[in-house]
Amino acid sequence: MITIDAAGMHYKELNRLIREGIGKGIKKFFLENINGQYYIGDGIKGDDIVININGTPGNDIGAFMDGPTLIVNNNAQDNIGNTMNAGKIIIKGDAGDVVGYGMRGGRIYILGNAGYRVGIHMKGYNEQLPVIIIGGKVGSFFAEYMAGGIIVLLGLNDSDEFDGEYFASGMHGGTIYLRKKIDFSKYSKDVELYEADENDMIFLKKYLTEYADSFNIPYEEIGGKTFYKIVPSSARPYAHLYTSG
Amino acid sequence: MTKSSFSNIQSEYLALIDHNKCVRCKRCIQNCGWGTYSFGGDKILADHSKCVACGRCYTYCPEGAISIVKNPTVLRENANWKEGLIKNIWKQSETGGIVISGMGTTFKYKKYFDHILLDACQVTNPSIDPLREPMELRTYLGKKPSRLDVGIDDNGEPVLKSKMPPQIELQTPFVFGAMSYGSISLNAQKAMALAARALGIVMNTGEGGLHDDLVPFGKNIIVQVASGRFGVHRDYLNSGVAVEIKIGQGAKPGIGGHLPGEKIGADISKTRMIPVGTDAISPAPHHDIYSIEDLRQLIYAVKEATDYEKPVSVKVAAVHNIAAIVSGIVRAGADIVYIDGYTGGTGAAPNIIKDHVGIPIELALAQVDERLRDEGIRNEASIIAAGSIRSSADAVKAIALGADAVAIGTAALVVMGCHVCGKCNTGNCSWGITTQRPELVRRLDPEVYGERLYNLISAWSHEIQEVLGAMGVNSIESLRGSRERLRGVELTDAELKALGIKHAGL
Repeated sequence: MITIDAAGMHYKELNRLIREGIGKGIKKFFLENINGQYYIGDGIKGDDIVININGTPGNDIGAFMDGPTLIVNNNAQDNIGNTMNAGKIIIKGDAGDVVGYGMRGGRIYILGNAGYRVGIHMKGYNEQLPVIIIGGKVGSFFAEYMAGGIIVLLGLNDSDEFDGEYFASGMHGGTIYLRKKIDFSKYSKDVELYEADENDMIFLKKYLTEYADSFNIPYEEIGGKTFYKIVPSSARPYAHLYTSG
Repeated sequence: MTKSSFSNIQSEYLALIDHNKCVRCKRCIQNCGWGTYSFGGDKILADHSKCVACGRCYTYCPEGAISIVKNPTVLRENANWKEGLIKNIWKQSETGGIVISGMGTTFKYKKYFDHILLDACQVTNPSIDPLREPMELRTYLGKKPSRLDVGIDDNGEPVLKSKMPPQIELQTPFVFGAMSYGSISLNAQKAMALAARALGIVMNTGEGGLHDDLVPFGKNIIVQVASGRFGVHRDYLNSGVAVEIKIGQGAKPGIGGHLPGEKIGADISKTRMIPVGTDAISPAPHHDIYSIEDLRQLIYAVKEATDYEKPVSVKVAAVHNIAAIVSGIVRAGADIVYIDGYTGGTGAAPNIIKDHVGIPIELALAQVDERLRDEGIRNEASIIAAGSIRSSADAVKAIALGADAVAIGTAALVVMGCHVCGKCNTGNCSWGITTQRPELVRRLDPEVYGERLYNLISAWSHEIQEVLGAMGVNSIESLRGSRERLRGVELTDAELKALGIKHAGL
């Protein structure tokens, strides 16, 4: 275990210290006085590494991350979990734009809202199943080009789950679950909406329970009702767009 | 609407068989990836509509019995209503699709390399004989320090205190351009990997991830990160000598790419880390890059993930405002900028983009080099020039215009038998290059073509040494951006100005 006081520290130095610590076999990190430092957890590996972040981290936390857990006890900024391969990111506040871009595995749990461009080009592969659960709402360009994995929008703070334009344009894989139905006219033409069935709910329970536990919310406040699910109409939305010259 | 199978489009080529020479060995049937040939019981039959003039059949016909000719049934000649335009209208009215094709543009734009002449020494400054004297082609790609700090060690000896930023060492100023596994076959990638290792240069994975078989070639590989982030993970970023962020491509500036689901077999699925059979869609922009500041953020995300040990390259297409764009990229922290001219190749791109978007690499290079020098940041990044480098002469001229090294893509495929038929998008390449069909891929022997690639780059390197010797320069570095050693012919004042060169005779 190690505590790093990051007050006034440049991200390059902070992340060097984290990498150095991991190299020495340290598993638990407490980062204090974090104030906008970028790239925390960028490219680090190891399933049993836990980094507690106190303060507001800067952009790109958990980029290319492969296994560790990041716990942010405040709000976080943009580009969380960019092209992440495995691991867990817990945000006990709101998140900025571009959450989980190109994410291939691991979980991102956000207590509050997230901004624009959430879950763009998320993709699953074999046993790797990326999961994003957002307690509040998300903005425009949500789940564009989504190719795999699951995103759950809970809308817990009495708001709509989706507040913006363009929902799942170009989605061609994966599943979006909604706790409440949104205005259908906002959906992309590339997707279809169903009521989640029993199997969906059994599958989801594992993740929703973990989510609830992460934020000390009783599971019953989240689950215990029927969700809706959104799936792509086709795995190949643009197959008929072209002709060979 | 009712569907009609009637088409106005006639066969472009005729596959003619001399039945007196033909011994009915059926090799043509086997070799053609397009299904042009069949056996009619007593003789070979040809379905001309399927022929694309890829040249495989007559190359492998043991009797020389096949000739491919342009269909003499011509459309009425009209300089305004050119054949391609009429055929496109028919094709699009029959299908409703965007017309796509492979390789670079087939349009006849002015090729500036062909209007640039090199200088040579006569009398006053002696030329150098490259056969007898050392002629340095070694090139280092990466950020060069703007100053060096020297200290004195305990023994009173001077020591270099500055830490050199990471570099890619090339034994000759060539790299293989980015071509992904998916757009080309694994055997084609292997041929380049073998050649790159033997030559001491590098190949580039393109955006399709790194196949396990290529991992041992890491010292000769640049790994790419594009908007689809296929196969991109921590270990991938660390598996090559550098990481390239792909923003644009000369053949299709401003647009993304789709590798169609039917090409995503088990092996490509594994390398790209996406399910079998789904379209691999690379969105037009990186959705996390909307500004130079955002680009900087990704560049440093990659540097953090690679512990600042790998140079980061940014690949862009040459477009109208390229000098300002590259200046921004360099300021964003790129160590290498790869500029791809508008005649560059592709596995598939809409013709509307390929034929009409972008600018020539020659003009882009001169402008970029000049701009970076003016701003005092030319040392901050190396420049790789691409976009149909067709010969060592093109390479030398590109370097004199301002590049550090050049990339070759199409030329490397031509080594493997490519006849530039431009049908890469169909996945039927008879040469086993731009296909994933196992029976076609198998015929491309990586060892054989690895050696031929080695031969080509060796020959071009010797040619460059000859030219350098003639110019009285003993190092390729000394030629970089030396536009004073170039002269233009048949160029307007505006063109000469853009190229930063004088007209011949001046």
